[in-house]
Amino acid sequence: MNPTAMAWRAGWSRGLIELRQSLTNGGDLFNHFFWPVLMLIAVFFLRDVSFGQSGFSLGALALPSILGMNAAMSMVSMSQQLTADREDGTLLRSKATPNGMAGYLLGKIISVSGGLVVDLAIFLIPGMFLISGLAIGDPGSWLTLTWVLALGLVATLPLGAVLGSVFVSVRSQGLLTLPILGMIAISGIFFPLTVLPEWVQWIAQTFPIYWLGLGMRSALLPDGAAAVEIGESWRHLETVGMLGAWAVLGLLLAPIVLRRMARRESGSSVAERREKALQRIG
Amino acid sequence: MATNQVVLDVGGLRMRYGTTDVLHDVNFQAKQGEVLCLLGPNGAGKTTTIEIMEGFRMRSAGRVEVLGTDPARGDEHWRARVGIVLQSWRDHGKWRVRELLEHLGLYYAAYSTTSIERPWNAEQLIAAVGLTEQADKKVRMLSGGQRRRLDVAIGLVGRPELVFLDEPTAGLDPVARRGFHELIEGLVDEGETTILLTTHDLSEAEKLADRILVLDGGRIVADGTTAELARQIAGQDEVRWTRDGQTFRQSSSESTRLVFELFKQHGEAIENLEVRRASLEDTYLSLVRQAESGTGQAGKTNKAEEVAR
Repeated sequence: MNPTAMAWRAGWSRGLIELRQSLTNGGDLFNHFFWPVLMLIAVFFLRDVSFGQSGFSLGALALPSILGMNAAMSMVSMSQQLTADREDGTLLRSKATPNGMAGYLLGKIISVSGGLVVDLAIFLIPGMFLISGLAIGDPGSWLTLTWVLALGLVATLPLGAVLGSVFVSVRSQGLLTLPILGMIAISGIFFPLTVLPEWVQWIAQTFPIYWLGLGMRSALLPDGAAAVEIGESWRHLETVGMLGAWAVLGLLLAPIVLRRMARRESGSSVAERREKALQRIG
Repeated sequence: MATNQVVLDVGGLRMRYGTTDVLHDVNFQAKQGEVLCLLGPNGAGKTTTIEIMEGFRMRSAGRVEVLGTDPARGDEHWRARVGIVLQSWRDHGKWRVRELLEHLGLYYAAYSTTSIERPWNAEQLIAAVGLTEQADKKVRMLSGGQRRRLDVAIGLVGRPELVFLDEPTAGLDPVARRGFHELIEGLVDEGETTILLTTHDLSEAEKLADRILVLDGGRIVADGTTAELARQIAGQDEVRWTRDGQTFRQSSSESTRLVFELFKQHGEAIENLEVRRASLEDTYLSLVRQAESGTGQAGKTNKAEEVAR
Protein backbone atom coordinates (compact mmCIF):
# COMPACT_ATOMS: atom_id res chain seq x y z
CA MET A 1 0.00 0.00 0.00
CA ASN A 2 1.35 3.43 -0.78
CA PRO A 3 2.23 5.80 2.09
CA THR A 4 -0.54 8.32 1.42
CA ALA A 5 -3.24 5.66 1.38
CA MET A 6 -1.69 4.27 4.54
CA ALA A 7 -1.83 7.68 6.22
CA TRP A 8 -5.49 8.03 5.28
CA ARG A 9 -6.21 4.65 6.76
CA ALA A 10 -4.28 5.53 9.90
CA GLY A 11 -6.05 8.89 10.14
CA TRP A 12 -9.42 7.24 9.77
CA SER A 13 -8.67 4.73 12.50
CA ARG A 14 -7.25 7.49 14.67
CA GLY A 15 -10.48 9.44 14.35
CA LEU A 16 -12.59 6.43 15.29
CA ILE A 17 -10.38 5.59 18.26
CA GLU A 18 -10.56 9.17 19.55
CA LEU A 19 -14.31 9.23 19.06
CA ARG A 20 -14.72 5.98 20.95
CA GLN A 21 -12.53 7.30 23.75
CA SER A 22 -14.58 10.45 24.06
CA LEU A 23 -17.80 8.41 24.27
CA THR A 24 -16.49 6.04 26.92
CA ASN A 25 -15.07 8.28 29.59
CA GLY A 26 -16.95 10.16 32.24
CA GLY A 27 -15.58 13.65 31.75
CA ASP A 28 -16.13 13.72 28.00
CA LEU A 29 -19.55 12.12 28.27
CA PHE A 30 -20.57 14.84 30.69
CA ASN A 31 -19.51 17.42 28.13
CA HIS A 32 -21.42 15.62 25.40
CA PHE A 33 -24.62 15.74 27.45
CA PHE A 34 -24.28 18.99 29.39
CA TRP A 35 -25.04 21.53 26.66
CA PRO A 36 -27.61 19.53 24.73
CA VAL A 37 -29.55 18.88 27.94
CA LEU A 38 -29.34 22.54 28.97
CA MET A 39 -30.55 23.57 25.52
CA LEU A 40 -33.40 21.07 25.69
CA ILE A 41 -34.53 22.66 28.94
CA ALA A 42 -34.41 26.09 27.34
CA VAL A 43 -36.37 24.92 24.30
CA PHE A 44 -38.88 23.20 26.58
CA PHE A 45 -39.71 26.48 28.31
CA LEU A 46 -39.90 28.32 25.00
CA ARG A 47 -42.23 25.79 23.39
CA ASP A 48 -45.41 27.65 24.22
CA VAL A 49 -44.09 31.19 23.86
CA SER A 50 -45.23 32.38 20.49
CA PHE A 51 -43.24 34.81 18.45
CA GLY A 52 -45.35 37.86 17.69
CA GLN A 53 -48.08 37.22 15.14
CA SER A 54 -46.06 34.66 13.20
CA GLY A 55 -47.93 31.68 14.59
CA PHE A 56 -44.64 29.92 15.44
CA SER A 57 -43.41 29.22 18.94
CA LEU A 58 -40.01 30.49 19.96
CA GLY A 59 -39.16 26.90 20.85
CA ALA A 60 -39.78 25.70 17.30
CA LEU A 61 -37.70 28.56 15.91
CA ALA A 62 -34.90 28.01 18.40
CA LEU A 63 -34.53 24.23 18.03
CA PRO A 64 -33.07 24.22 14.51
CA SER A 65 -31.13 27.42 15.27
CA ILE A 66 -29.46 25.69 18.20
CA LEU A 67 -28.49 22.81 15.92
CA GLY A 68 -26.83 25.36 13.64
CA MET A 69 -25.10 27.00 16.57
CA ASN A 70 -23.76 23.64 17.79
CA ALA A 71 -22.44 22.86 14.34
CA ALA A 72 -20.63 26.20 14.29
CA MET A 73 -19.24 25.46 17.75
CA SER A 74 -17.29 22.53 16.33
CA MET A 75 -14.92 25.29 15.26
CA VAL A 76 -14.20 25.91 18.92
CA SER A 77 -13.66 22.23 19.73
CA MET A 78 -11.30 21.91 16.79
CA SER A 79 -9.37 24.93 17.95
CA GLN A 80 -9.23 23.79 21.58
CA GLN A 81 -8.14 20.28 20.75
CA LEU A 82 -5.42 21.46 18.44
CA THR A 83 -4.01 23.78 21.07
CA ALA A 84 -4.21 21.11 23.75
CA ASP A 85 -2.51 18.55 21.51
CA ARG A 86 0.24 20.98 20.73
CA GLU A 87 0.75 21.77 24.38
CA ASP A 88 0.96 18.18 25.55
CA GLY A 89 3.19 16.92 22.74
CA THR A 90 0.65 14.88 20.74
CA LEU A 91 1.35 17.00 17.70
CA LEU A 92 5.09 16.62 18.03
CA ARG A 93 4.69 12.85 18.05
CA SER A 94 2.70 13.13 14.85
CA LYS A 95 5.45 15.23 13.39
CA ALA A 96 8.04 12.59 14.30
CA THR A 97 5.96 9.94 12.48
CA PRO A 98 6.06 9.59 8.68
CA ASN A 99 2.88 11.15 7.23
CA GLY A 100 1.86 11.63 10.84
CA MET A 101 0.54 15.17 10.46
CA ALA A 102 -1.82 14.16 7.65
CA GLY A 103 -3.06 11.27 9.75
CA TYR A 104 -3.43 13.48 12.78
CA LEU A 105 -5.51 16.10 10.97
CA LEU A 106 -7.75 13.59 9.28
CA GLY A 107 -8.25 11.87 12.63
CA LYS A 108 -9.12 15.17 14.25
CA ILE A 109 -11.64 16.07 11.55
CA ILE A 110 -13.31 12.68 11.94
CA SER A 111 -13.41 12.73 15.72
CA VAL A 112 -14.66 16.32 15.94
CA SER A 113 -17.37 15.84 13.30
CA GLY A 114 -18.34 12.49 14.76
CA GLY A 115 -18.58 14.03 18.22
CA LEU A 116 -20.72 16.81 16.78
CA VAL A 117 -23.14 14.38 15.15
CA VAL A 118 -23.52 12.64 18.51
CA ASP A 119 -24.15 15.98 20.25
CA LEU A 120 -26.70 16.98 17.63
CA ALA A 121 -28.52 13.67 18.00
CA ILE A 122 -28.59 13.98 21.80
CA PHE A 123 -30.33 17.31 21.35
CA LEU A 124 -32.47 16.73 18.28
CA ILE A 125 -34.02 13.35 19.04
CA PRO A 126 -35.69 14.33 22.35
CA GLY A 127 -36.31 17.81 20.91
CA MET A 128 -38.47 16.39 18.13
CA PHE A 129 -40.81 14.93 20.77
CA LEU A 130 -40.94 18.12 22.83
CA ILE A 131 -41.57 20.61 20.07
CA SER A 132 -44.48 20.62 17.71
CA GLY A 133 -44.61 22.40 14.39
CA LEU A 134 -41.38 21.00 12.93
CA ALA A 135 -41.32 19.74 9.36
CA ILE A 136 -39.67 16.44 10.10
CA GLY A 137 -41.86 14.09 8.08
CA ASP A 138 -40.43 15.20 4.77
CA PRO A 139 -37.26 13.48 3.45
CA GLY A 140 -36.33 16.78 1.82
CA SER A 141 -35.91 18.26 5.31
CA TRP A 142 -33.25 15.72 6.15
CA LEU A 143 -31.53 16.22 2.85
CA THR A 144 -31.31 19.95 3.50
CA LEU A 145 -30.09 19.31 7.04
CA THR A 146 -27.37 17.07 5.69
CA TRP A 147 -26.00 19.48 3.13
CA VAL A 148 -26.17 22.45 5.47
CA LEU A 149 -24.30 20.45 8.13
CA ALA A 150 -21.68 19.20 5.68
CA LEU A 151 -21.08 22.64 4.20
CA GLY A 152 -21.07 24.14 7.69
CA LEU A 153 -18.35 21.75 8.78
CA VAL A 154 -16.23 22.52 5.73
CA ALA A 155 -16.65 26.20 6.57
CA THR A 156 -15.91 25.99 10.28
CA LEU A 157 -13.40 23.15 10.87
CA PRO A 158 -10.54 24.69 8.86
CA LEU A 159 -11.22 27.99 10.64
CA GLY A 160 -11.03 26.14 13.94
CA ALA A 161 -7.68 24.70 12.90
CA VAL A 162 -6.45 28.19 12.05
CA LEU A 163 -7.57 29.51 15.45
CA GLY A 164 -6.01 26.51 17.18
CA SER A 165 -2.69 27.22 15.50
CA VAL A 166 -2.77 30.84 16.53
CA PHE A 167 -3.43 30.35 20.24
CA VAL A 168 -0.31 29.32 22.09
CA SER A 169 -1.86 27.76 25.17
CA VAL A 170 -5.05 26.14 26.31
CA ARG A 171 -5.47 28.98 28.72
CA SER A 172 -5.39 31.66 26.05
CA GLN A 173 -8.24 29.82 24.31
CA GLY A 174 -10.44 31.37 27.00
CA LEU A 175 -10.09 34.62 25.09
CA LEU A 176 -12.27 33.08 22.40
CA THR A 177 -15.26 32.54 24.67
CA LEU A 178 -16.44 36.14 24.96
CA PRO A 179 -16.49 37.07 21.25
CA ILE A 180 -18.13 33.74 20.48
CA LEU A 181 -20.88 34.32 23.05
CA GLY A 182 -21.38 37.78 21.62
CA MET A 183 -21.65 36.37 18.15
CA ILE A 184 -24.23 33.81 19.28
CA ALA A 185 -26.26 36.58 20.93
CA ILE A 186 -26.57 38.53 17.68
CA SER A 187 -26.89 35.58 15.29
CA GLY A 188 -30.60 34.96 15.58
CA ILE A 189 -30.31 31.72 17.51
CA PHE A 190 -32.70 32.31 20.39
CA PHE A 191 -34.85 34.97 18.71
CA PRO A 192 -35.18 35.98 15.06
CA LEU A 193 -32.58 38.35 13.75
CA THR A 194 -35.24 40.69 12.34
CA VAL A 195 -35.97 42.13 15.80
CA LEU A 196 -32.43 43.55 16.01
CA PRO A 197 -31.28 46.89 14.54
CA GLU A 198 -30.24 46.67 10.93
CA TRP A 199 -26.54 47.35 11.53
CA VAL A 200 -26.38 44.44 13.96
CA GLN A 201 -28.05 42.27 11.34
CA TRP A 202 -25.30 43.13 8.90
CA ILE A 203 -22.59 42.16 11.36
CA ALA A 204 -24.35 38.87 12.15
CA GLN A 205 -24.67 38.06 8.48
CA THR A 206 -20.92 38.15 7.93
CA PHE A 207 -20.34 35.20 10.28
CA PRO A 208 -21.10 31.51 9.68
CA ILE A 209 -23.22 31.00 12.83
CA TYR A 210 -26.17 32.96 11.42
CA TRP A 211 -26.08 31.07 8.13
CA LEU A 212 -25.85 27.68 9.81
CA GLY A 213 -28.84 28.61 11.97
CA LEU A 214 -30.77 29.81 8.94
CA GLY A 215 -29.93 26.69 6.97
CA MET A 216 -31.09 24.44 9.81
CA ARG A 217 -34.33 26.41 10.17
CA SER A 218 -34.92 26.04 6.45
CA ALA A 219 -34.51 22.30 6.86
CA LEU A 220 -36.67 21.68 9.89
CA LEU A 221 -39.35 24.38 9.79
CA PRO A 222 -42.34 24.54 7.45
CA ASP A 223 -41.97 26.94 4.53
CA GLY A 224 -44.30 29.46 6.12
CA ALA A 225 -41.72 30.12 8.83
CA ALA A 226 -39.53 31.88 6.29
CA ALA A 227 -41.79 34.87 6.87
CA VAL A 228 -39.88 35.82 10.02
CA GLU A 229 -36.50 35.76 8.24
CA ILE A 230 -34.71 38.62 6.53
CA GLY A 231 -36.25 39.06 3.09
CA GLU A 232 -38.93 36.53 4.09
CA SER A 233 -36.90 33.82 2.37
CA TRP A 234 -34.64 30.92 3.33
CA ARG A 235 -31.98 32.41 1.04
CA HIS A 236 -30.35 29.09 0.18
CA LEU A 237 -28.22 30.65 -2.49
CA GLU A 238 -26.81 33.20 -0.08
CA THR A 239 -26.29 30.47 2.54
CA VAL A 240 -24.23 28.44 0.10
CA GLY A 241 -22.36 31.58 -0.96
CA MET A 242 -21.48 32.74 2.55
CA LEU A 243 -20.61 29.32 4.00
CA GLY A 244 -18.71 28.56 0.79
CA ALA A 245 -16.73 31.77 1.13
CA TRP A 246 -15.77 30.93 4.70
CA ALA A 247 -14.85 27.42 3.57
CA VAL A 248 -12.58 28.74 0.84
CA LEU A 249 -10.97 31.20 3.24
CA GLY A 250 -10.41 28.48 5.84
CA LEU A 251 -9.09 25.96 3.35
CA LEU A 252 -6.66 28.51 1.94
CA LEU A 253 -5.44 29.70 5.32
CA ALA A 254 -5.38 26.44 7.24
CA PRO A 255 -2.56 24.67 5.36
CA ILE A 256 -0.33 27.75 5.58
CA VAL A 257 -0.95 28.36 9.26
CA LEU A 258 -0.79 24.67 10.16
CA ARG A 259 2.48 24.21 8.31
CA ARG A 260 3.97 27.20 10.05
CA MET A 261 2.82 25.86 13.41
CA ALA A 262 4.15 22.38 12.69
CA ARG A 263 7.50 23.72 11.60
CA ARG A 264 7.97 25.34 14.98
CA GLU A 265 7.30 22.20 16.98
CA SER A 266 10.27 20.54 18.60
CA GLY A 267 11.13 18.80 21.82
CA SER A 268 12.34 22.01 23.38
CA SER A 269 9.26 24.00 22.45
CA VAL A 270 7.06 21.37 24.07
CA ALA A 271 9.35 21.35 27.12
CA GLU A 272 9.09 25.12 27.33
CA ARG A 273 5.31 25.02 27.35
CA ARG A 274 5.41 22.27 29.94
CA GLU A 275 7.53 24.46 32.19
CA LYS A 276 5.07 27.32 31.79
CA ALA A 277 2.04 25.17 32.43
CA LEU A 278 3.63 23.63 35.52
CA GLN A 279 4.38 27.08 36.85
CA ARG A 280 0.74 27.97 36.48
CA ILE A 281 -0.35 24.88 38.34
CA GLY A 282 2.26 25.23 41.08
CA MET B 1 29.64 -4.31 15.66
CA ALA B 2 29.95 -0.93 13.99
CA THR B 3 30.33 -1.11 10.25
CA ASN B 4 32.16 1.56 8.35
CA GLN B 5 29.08 3.10 6.94
CA VAL B 6 28.72 6.70 8.10
CA VAL B 7 25.21 7.30 9.36
CA LEU B 8 25.62 10.73 10.90
CA ASP B 9 27.90 13.30 9.40
CA VAL B 10 28.10 16.80 10.79
CA GLY B 11 30.61 19.34 9.52
CA GLY B 12 31.06 23.01 10.34
CA LEU B 13 27.64 23.17 11.98
CA ARG B 14 26.71 26.61 13.25
CA MET B 15 23.62 27.89 14.92
CA ARG B 16 22.88 31.48 15.71
CA TYR B 17 19.87 32.93 17.53
CA GLY B 18 19.79 36.66 16.92
CA THR B 19 23.30 37.75 17.69
CA THR B 20 24.22 34.82 19.92
CA ASP B 21 26.07 31.85 18.50
CA VAL B 22 24.82 28.70 20.17
CA LEU B 23 26.89 26.31 18.09
CA HIS B 24 30.25 27.15 16.56
CA ASP B 25 31.80 24.81 14.07
CA VAL B 26 30.56 21.46 15.39
CA ASN B 27 32.07 18.42 13.64
CA PHE B 28 31.49 14.74 14.25
CA GLN B 29 30.48 11.48 12.63
CA ALA B 30 28.80 8.29 13.70
CA LYS B 31 29.05 4.93 12.04
CA GLN B 32 26.36 2.34 11.73
CA GLY B 33 25.76 0.46 14.96
CA GLU B 34 27.61 2.95 17.13
CA VAL B 35 26.23 4.37 20.34
CA LEU B 36 27.24 7.97 20.54
CA CYS B 37 26.73 10.03 23.65
CA LEU B 38 26.59 13.78 23.67
CA LEU B 39 27.64 15.15 27.05
CA GLY B 40 27.74 18.72 28.18
CA PRO B 41 26.57 21.21 30.77
CA ASN B 42 23.21 22.97 30.54
CA GLY B 43 23.13 25.41 27.69
CA ALA B 44 26.00 23.74 25.88
CA GLY B 45 23.89 23.24 22.77
CA LYS B 46 23.09 19.53 23.08
CA THR B 47 19.38 19.88 22.48
CA THR B 48 19.90 22.32 19.63
CA THR B 49 22.31 19.89 17.97
CA ILE B 50 19.98 16.95 18.33
CA GLU B 51 16.96 18.91 17.11
CA ILE B 52 18.85 19.99 14.01
CA MET B 53 19.63 16.35 13.28
CA GLU B 54 16.01 15.36 13.92
CA GLY B 55 14.95 17.87 11.29
CA PHE B 56 13.00 19.93 13.84
CA ARG B 57 15.23 22.98 13.70
CA MET B 58 16.92 24.87 10.90
CA ARG B 59 20.64 25.41 11.19
CA SER B 60 22.40 28.66 10.41
CA ALA B 61 25.28 27.11 8.51
CA GLY B 62 27.24 23.93 7.96
CA ARG B 63 26.67 20.47 6.59
CA VAL B 64 24.48 17.87 8.25
CA GLU B 65 23.74 14.47 6.81
CA VAL B 66 21.58 11.97 8.62
CA LEU B 67 21.29 8.61 6.86
CA GLY B 68 22.66 10.33 3.78
CA THR B 69 20.02 13.05 3.75
CA ASP B 70 19.98 16.65 4.87
CA PRO B 71 17.39 16.60 7.70
CA ALA B 72 16.19 20.07 6.72
CA ARG B 73 14.97 18.43 3.50
CA GLY B 74 14.12 15.02 4.91
CA ASP B 75 10.97 13.58 3.35
CA GLU B 76 8.51 11.14 4.88
CA HIS B 77 10.57 8.20 3.73
CA TRP B 78 13.59 9.55 5.58
CA ARG B 79 11.36 10.22 8.59
CA ALA B 80 10.36 6.55 8.61
CA ARG B 81 14.00 5.49 9.06
CA VAL B 82 14.64 7.77 12.03
CA GLY B 83 13.36 7.08 15.53
CA ILE B 84 12.91 9.86 18.04
CA VAL B 85 12.40 9.20 21.71
CA LEU B 86 10.65 12.29 22.93
CA GLN B 87 10.38 13.54 26.46
CA SER B 88 6.76 12.85 27.05
CA TRP B 89 4.45 14.69 29.27
CA ARG B 90 0.83 13.72 29.12
CA ASP B 91 0.08 13.21 25.43
CA HIS B 92 -2.21 10.36 24.38
CA GLY B 93 -3.27 9.90 28.01
CA LYS B 94 -6.57 8.30 27.04
CA TRP B 95 -4.98 5.77 24.70
CA ARG B 96 -4.12 2.28 25.81
CA VAL B 97 -0.53 1.16 25.44
CA ARG B 98 -1.12 -1.52 22.80
CA GLU B 99 -3.65 0.58 20.95
CA LEU B 100 -1.22 3.49 20.65
CA LEU B 101 1.70 1.36 19.46
CA GLU B 102 -0.47 -0.48 16.94
CA HIS B 103 -1.79 2.83 15.66
CA LEU B 104 1.59 4.50 15.31
CA GLY B 105 2.94 1.37 13.65
CA LEU B 106 0.39 1.76 10.84
CA TYR B 107 2.23 4.75 9.45
CA TYR B 108 5.41 2.72 8.95
CA ALA B 109 3.90 -0.26 7.16
CA ALA B 110 4.37 1.41 3.78
CA TYR B 111 8.08 1.84 4.41
CA SER B 112 9.16 -1.78 4.80
CA THR B 113 12.23 -2.77 2.84
CA THR B 114 13.60 -6.18 1.89
CA SER B 115 15.94 -6.11 4.89
CA ILE B 116 13.82 -4.23 7.42
CA GLU B 117 10.24 -5.19 8.11
CA ARG B 118 8.24 -2.29 9.45
CA PRO B 119 6.57 -1.75 11.84
CA TRP B 120 7.73 -3.70 14.85
CA ASN B 121 4.94 -6.05 15.93
CA ALA B 122 3.21 -4.27 18.82
CA GLU B 123 3.02 -7.33 21.03
CA GLN B 124 6.71 -8.15 20.65
CA LEU B 125 7.70 -4.54 21.12
CA ILE B 126 5.66 -4.30 24.30
CA ALA B 127 7.40 -7.42 25.59
CA ALA B 128 10.79 -6.04 24.58
CA VAL B 129 10.29 -2.90 26.65
CA GLY B 130 8.77 -4.87 29.52
CA LEU B 131 5.26 -3.46 29.44
CA THR B 132 3.35 -6.69 28.85
CA GLU B 133 1.39 -6.32 32.06
CA GLN B 134 0.50 -2.74 31.20
CA ALA B 135 -0.46 -3.38 27.57
CA ASP B 136 -4.14 -2.70 28.19
CA LYS B 137 -3.64 0.14 30.62
CA LYS B 138 -4.36 3.71 29.73
CA VAL B 139 -1.20 5.70 29.14
CA ARG B 140 -2.00 8.22 31.85
CA MET B 141 -2.11 5.41 34.44
CA LEU B 142 1.53 4.43 33.84
CA SER B 143 4.28 5.25 36.33
CA GLY B 144 7.15 7.52 35.31
CA GLY B 145 9.44 4.62 34.44
CA GLN B 146 6.73 2.77 32.52
CA ARG B 147 5.88 5.91 30.62
CA ARG B 148 9.52 6.28 29.66
CA ARG B 149 9.57 2.70 28.39
CA LEU B 150 6.55 3.51 26.30
CA ASP B 151 8.36 6.57 24.91
CA VAL B 152 11.21 4.30 23.88
CA ALA B 153 8.78 1.84 22.34
CA ILE B 154 7.18 4.65 20.34
CA GLY B 155 10.62 5.73 19.17
CA LEU B 156 11.35 2.19 18.04
CA VAL B 157 8.02 1.13 16.57
CA GLY B 158 9.13 1.88 13.01
CA ARG B 159 12.33 -0.16 13.42
CA PRO B 160 14.51 2.89 12.90
CA GLU B 161 18.05 2.71 11.60
CA LEU B 162 19.00 5.65 13.79
CA VAL B 163 17.54 6.61 17.15
CA PHE B 164 17.76 9.95 18.92
CA LEU B 165 17.34 10.03 22.69
CA ASP B 166 17.39 13.41 24.38
CA GLU B 167 18.06 13.00 28.10
CA PRO B 168 16.22 9.70 28.27
CA THR B 169 16.64 9.05 31.98
CA ALA B 170 16.01 12.53 33.35
CA GLY B 171 13.75 12.20 36.35
CA LEU B 172 13.89 8.42 36.63
CA ASP B 173 14.57 6.63 39.90
CA PRO B 174 17.63 4.33 40.03
CA VAL B 175 15.62 1.17 39.40
CA ALA B 176 13.85 2.61 36.39
CA ARG B 177 17.15 3.99 35.17
CA ARG B 178 18.80 0.58 35.38
CA GLY B 179 15.87 -0.96 33.54
CA PHE B 180 16.20 1.65 30.86
CA HIS B 181 19.91 0.98 30.44
CA GLU B 182 19.23 -2.72 30.01
CA LEU B 183 16.65 -1.89 27.40
CA ILE B 184 19.10 0.18 25.39
CA GLU B 185 21.86 -2.40 25.77
CA GLY B 186 19.49 -5.05 24.45
CA LEU B 187 18.73 -2.91 21.45
CA VAL B 188 22.41 -2.33 20.79
CA ASP B 189 23.20 -6.03 21.02
CA GLU B 190 20.53 -6.75 18.49
CA GLY B 191 22.56 -5.15 15.79
CA GLU B 192 22.46 -2.40 13.34
CA THR B 193 20.74 0.45 15.11
CA THR B 194 22.80 3.58 15.58
CA ILE B 195 22.00 5.56 18.71
CA LEU B 196 22.68 9.14 19.62
CA LEU B 197 21.82 10.13 23.16
CA THR B 198 22.34 13.20 25.28
CA THR B 199 22.68 13.03 29.02
CA HIS B 200 23.97 14.75 32.12
CA ASP B 201 24.65 11.45 33.75
CA LEU B 202 28.29 10.51 33.35
CA SER B 203 27.95 6.95 34.54
CA GLU B 204 25.18 6.50 32.02
CA ALA B 205 27.41 7.76 29.23
CA GLU B 206 30.19 5.50 30.39
CA LYS B 207 27.91 2.51 30.52
CA LEU B 208 26.10 2.88 27.23
CA ALA B 209 28.32 4.79 24.85
CA ASP B 210 30.87 3.45 22.40
CA ARG B 211 32.02 6.98 21.92
CA ILE B 212 31.52 10.20 23.83
CA LEU B 213 31.35 13.72 22.52
CA VAL B 214 31.68 16.55 24.97
CA LEU B 215 29.94 19.69 23.87
CA ASP B 216 30.65 22.89 25.73
CA GLY B 217 29.94 26.48 24.84
CA GLY B 218 28.75 25.37 21.41
CA ARG B 219 31.90 23.47 20.53
CA ILE B 220 32.92 19.83 20.59
CA VAL B 221 35.73 19.84 23.14
CA ALA B 222 36.36 16.11 23.14
CA ASP B 223 35.53 13.11 20.99
CA GLY B 224 36.58 9.56 21.82
CA THR B 225 35.89 6.43 23.84
CA THR B 226 35.72 6.76 27.60
CA ALA B 227 39.21 5.31 27.94
CA GLU B 228 40.64 7.53 25.26
CA LEU B 229 39.16 10.62 26.81
CA ALA B 230 40.49 9.72 30.21
CA ARG B 231 43.95 8.99 28.85
CA GLN B 232 44.12 12.05 26.72
CA ILE B 233 42.74 14.73 28.92
CA ALA B 234 42.85 14.05 32.59
CA GLY B 235 45.52 11.49 32.01
CA GLN B 236 46.39 11.01 35.66
CA ASP B 237 45.63 7.75 37.34
CA GLU B 238 46.18 7.58 41.05
CA VAL B 239 48.40 4.78 42.38
CA ARG B 240 48.50 3.95 46.10
CA TRP B 241 50.52 1.38 47.95
CA THR B 242 52.09 0.70 51.32
CA ARG B 243 55.68 -0.35 51.95
CA ASP B 244 57.13 -1.08 55.35
CA GLY B 245 53.93 0.15 56.97
CA GLN B 246 54.11 3.49 55.20
CA THR B 247 51.44 4.71 52.74
CA PHE B 248 52.46 6.19 49.39
CA ARG B 249 50.40 7.94 46.80
CA GLN B 250 51.42 9.06 43.34
CA SER B 251 49.62 10.39 40.28
CA SER B 252 50.76 9.12 36.95
CA SER B 253 49.64 9.07 33.37
CA GLU B 254 51.43 5.74 32.98
CA SER B 255 50.22 3.83 35.96
CA THR B 256 51.03 0.38 34.58
CA ARG B 257 54.67 1.30 34.08
CA LEU B 258 54.84 2.86 37.53
CA VAL B 259 53.52 -0.32 39.10
CA PHE B 260 55.99 -2.43 37.11
CA GLU B 261 58.87 -0.24 38.30
CA LEU B 262 57.63 -0.46 41.86
CA PHE B 263 57.68 -4.23 41.85
CA LYS B 264 60.98 -4.38 40.10
CA GLN B 265 62.50 -2.19 42.76
CA HIS B 266 60.81 -3.41 45.90
CA GLY B 267 59.39 -6.80 45.02
CA GLU B 268 57.27 -8.34 47.71
CA ALA B 269 57.58 -5.35 49.99
CA ILE B 270 54.79 -3.66 48.06
CA GLU B 271 51.40 -4.19 49.67
CA ASN B 272 47.83 -2.90 49.34
CA LEU B 273 48.38 -1.79 45.78
CA GLU B 274 45.52 0.24 44.36
CA VAL B 275 45.28 1.85 40.94
CA ARG B 276 42.45 4.26 40.52
CA ARG B 277 41.81 5.12 36.89
CA ALA B 278 40.85 8.66 36.06
CA SER B 279 37.08 8.49 36.00
CA LEU B 280 34.96 9.94 33.27
CA GLU B 281 33.75 12.41 35.83
CA ASP B 282 37.27 13.71 36.43
CA THR B 283 37.83 13.90 32.71
CA TYR B 284 34.58 15.67 32.11
CA LEU B 285 35.04 18.20 34.88
CA SER B 286 38.54 19.05 33.79
CA LEU B 287 37.34 19.43 30.21
CA VAL B 288 34.54 21.75 31.14
CA ARG B 289 36.88 23.72 33.39
CA GLN B 290 39.37 24.04 30.55
CA ALA B 291 36.73 25.13 28.12
CA GLU B 292 35.31 27.67 30.51
CA SER B 293 38.64 29.21 31.36
CA GLY B 294 39.26 29.54 27.65
CA THR B 295 42.25 27.23 27.47
CA GLY B 296 40.40 24.51 25.61
CA GLN B 297 41.26 25.98 22.24
CA ALA B 298 40.97 24.08 19.03
CA GLY B 299 44.58 22.89 18.94
CA LYS B 300 44.26 21.18 22.25
CA THR B 301 40.95 19.55 21.61
CA ASN B 302 42.22 17.27 18.93
CA LYS B 303 40.18 14.18 18.55
CA ALA B 304 41.15 11.40 20.86
CA GLU B 305 40.20 9.06 18.08
CA GLU B 306 42.98 10.39 15.92
CA VAL B 307 45.47 10.20 18.71
CA ALA B 308 44.53 6.62 19.32
CA ARG B 309 45.12 5.53 15.75
